[in-house]
Amino acid sequence: MLVKHAASTEAEIRIGTDGKSLDTRGLEFEINDWDRYAVEEALRIKEAHGGEVVVVGVGIDCDPTLRKCLAMGADRAIKVPIDTGMDPYLTAKAIKEAIKGEKFDLILAGVMSQDLNYSLVGVLLAAMLDLPFATAVTSVKIEDGKVRVLRELEGGYQEEDVLPLPCLLTVQSGINEPRYVSIMGIKRARTKELREVKVTLGEPTLVVERIYHPPIKKAEMLEGDAPKIVDQLIEILKSRGLI
Amino acid sequence: MDFLLTEEQKAIKEAAREFAEKEFPKYAEECDREEKFPFELWKKAAELGFIGMYIPEEYGGQGLGILDFCLVVEEFWRVDAGLGMILSTTFGSEMIMLFGTEKQKKKYLPPLARGEKICCACFTEPQAGSDIAAVRTRAVKDGDEYVINGTKMFITNGSIADYYIVLARTNPNPPKRHEGLSVFIVEKGTPGLEARKLTNKLGIRASDTAEVVFKDVRVPEENLIGKEGDGFRQAMEFFNLTRIHVAFQAVGLAQGAFELALEYAKNREVFEKKLVDFQMTREKLAKMRTEIEAARLLAIQAALVADKTGSPDPGLTAMAKYYAAKIAQRVVYEAQQLYGGYGFMGDQAISRMYRDVRILEIYEGTREIELEVIARSILGRVPSRLKILRRHPLM
Repeated sequence: MLVKHAASTEAEIRIGTDGKSLDTRGLEFEINDWDRYAVEEALRIKEAHGGEVVVVGVGIDCDPTLRKCLAMGADRAIKVPIDTGMDPYLTAKAIKEAIKGEKFDLILAGVMSQDLNYSLVGVLLAAMLDLPFATAVTSVKIEDGKVRVLRELEGGYQEEDVLPLPCLLTVQSGINEPRYVSIMGIKRARTKELREVKVTLGEPTLVVERIYHPPIKKAEMLEGDAPKIVDQLIEILKSRGLI
Repeated sequence: MDFLLTEEQKAIKEAAREFAEKEFPKYAEECDREEKFPFELWKKAAELGFIGMYIPEEYGGQGLGILDFCLVVEEFWRVDAGLGMILSTTFGSEMIMLFGTEKQKKKYLPPLARGEKICCACFTEPQAGSDIAAVRTRAVKDGDEYVINGTKMFITNGSIADYYIVLARTNPNPPKRHEGLSVFIVEKGTPGLEARKLTNKLGIRASDTAEVVFKDVRVPEENLIGKEGDGFRQAMEFFNLTRIHVAFQAVGLAQGAFELALEYAKNREVFEKKLVDFQMTREKLAKMRTEIEAARLLAIQAALVADKTGSPDPGLTAMAKYYAAKIAQRVVYEAQQLYGGYGFMGDQAISRMYRDVRILEIYEGTREIELEVIARSILGRVPSRLKILRRHPLM
């Protein structure tokens, strides 16, 4: 289970004074919402089929999110105490290094992180580990040595795939109703293992040149009588490929 | 404030927040309008361990501290005060925890912690509120039983409770008026026990309130909690504990009202400017937020002292309850002022909060009683760390 301690989507983002980074002071962090669904899915699989749920987080301050997963019911946690910034390749590499020696049947992750929205860490990790993978998964059924999944496609379509185990799935939100953290869960988490694994990584693969707010697009007022406005509207929608 | 909490306490607070934010909006408006106790919500909260968290593990609770529980109180009240009262379904159990026998603890505490039974504390009477030494309910020893007669008023959970913790007069002519009182447990269904739900309360309408009448109610002598004649002292200790909860109720409600007002002020436009861009609004918001933080710290201090020393400090507790309840009035008042006409309409949460907030300066010791306790603490008439022990060098 990959989990990210991500900036809250309610947070107001400020750009750092160097113009290349984000000023994280005053930001609230929480479990990435997609990962919440993925953790729940992992716990349900464990409850139905047995096994162990291990959560892996990358980040110097990711403990609260790892502990939350332990309180939800995960068995143990691995923390990689490094800051990989906005570099998804480096994050995937850190996870790959950290889980060396772990035996697993299935790796679950959220589709994307709520702060950066790359949708990359999961699939990069799958490639690094040479695992089959499926993205935007909305249903997981474990069958003998394989897993049957539904994937969400554009336009409301779904695709059914069967993957051999081990494999990696990135889970879409809404796949389940994640459980609440209980006081009993928080107490049980006291004695669960949260292990720090140090890894050495190479140079960053991503260099940020500049971070800036997108230019504000002003609304366009359509003039004329109703038929004329409708014609213009149709043209605009067509030009954007919306109809 | 974060630096005062352990990692586990932060996790408890977050768990409570998530539960309240997702569940409470489903019930808040309806339970207020229809004066309905949210049984379903209470059960869900109990399954997650939020009910009776401070009850020791050996009696089925979570064995957590006062501050741990109070963080949940704050988060629940932040979303809705009436629904936050589900945490008070164990109200009265503190008396059993503090003074009960092992047998009483084993029998009564586990079902309360599991969310199977509801408790209520019957102190107040039609003519005896803050002045609890004035209670007229009588308990007369008859063989190995006590016979209870009297009427209790404004009893939280009165018509839905399974266990009634009752303060009654066992000695009608004591040397001093606060002597000769005793506390009993009466179980629901005991002949002569009747409860009548009181309706049309101003606020916390999801919480049940009743008049409870005892007419020749017979309980075995083993239902006496603590010592006969010691009821007044027991009640004072009881309130020293429960008043800390009320301080956090106030902090939560104030925080909720503040957040609503802030969001409203950011979006509401007047005179072609956002409300939040007016200096007058900014002063309001700055003062509200500051006062909430001061109240929160005072409440945390009262809870931490209780947790760390094993017993609450009456002066500090009264201070926390007095101040938090007072600023909650002001914060909700100003929050509603920012809402203007919309805040006056009944369908807004802020309007409900405006009604809910009044109870905080009334129950579990009025504002005036809290001030009296603070004054007595300063003067050294009740044991408290508020007493100044050294003479000022310039005196």
